Amino acid sequence: MLNPDSVGRTFEGANSITVTQSEIDAFCAVIGETNTSVAPPTFSIRISLEQSQSILSDPSIGLDWTRLVHGDQKFEIFSPIKGGDTFTCSSTIENYRVAAGNEIVTVRSDLKSGSAIALSSWSTLVVRA
Amino acid sequence: MIEVGAALPTHTFTINRELLKAYADASGDQNPIHQNEEFALSVGLPNVIAHGMLTMALVGKFVTDWAGGSSNVTHYGARFIKPVIVPANTDVDLTVSAVISAVEDGSVTLDLTAISAGVKVLGMAKAVVKK
Repeated sequence: MLNPDSVGRTFEGANSITVTQSEIDAFCAVIGETNTSVAPPTFSIRISLEQSQSILSDPSIGLDWTRLVHGDQKFEIFSPIKGGDTFTCSSTIENYRVAAGNEIVTVRSDLKSGSAIALSSWSTLVVRA
Repeated sequence: MIEVGAALPTHTFTINRELLKAYADASGDQNPIHQNEEFALSVGLPNVIAHGMLTMALVGKFVTDWAGGSSNVTHYGARFIKPVIVPANTDVDLTVSAVISAVEDGSVTLDLTAISAGVKVLGMAKAVVKK
């Protein structure tokens, strides 16, 4: 079970991530996008879920990543991602509730370039009972 | 015409096991429920299912095509209500449609619908684009 003290807290990722053009090209190829000058709107999931998982895997947070199902996903894009961009990622546990024994957690991830947020995303994750 | 209630032309994407493997490699999501039928059945799924984020990426392609490019999309969200089921050696359809639900100064909101095998797979799917 999630540690209730974790709700509302923001956890900063330790490492910065640089997006390569080849990662964007590979993502575009799968969906048939020929304009690879900026990343498709959902590309950042590649960064944010991995970062959130690494940031929020601390046992003190109490989130069981092995039984997670993705419930919904939302993106707010302030500045489209380009090859060569470097970001730091922070993850915030915005909301938490238990329904029918399932834990439902909303994690917000911010990709920041310096102090400016380039992209925020919200993932609702369901930990199955 | 860009006005509230106007429908965009429908588009149908094809999803198959090869695409799931390609998406797994491009996204880094190698969860076996999207590639291994035996594993998918063992956890109670009807068959291999597509990544919800692959469905969202394809619907996103529909949005960016209409928006004139990825850089024109400012908001995009959806709920995963039903899985896209992908049997072996089968091309599965994903049919995407949209209706304009709001027009404001410089931005248009699309209400999106995605259907596979007659089942609505995304809920509350919306995108806001600069137009």
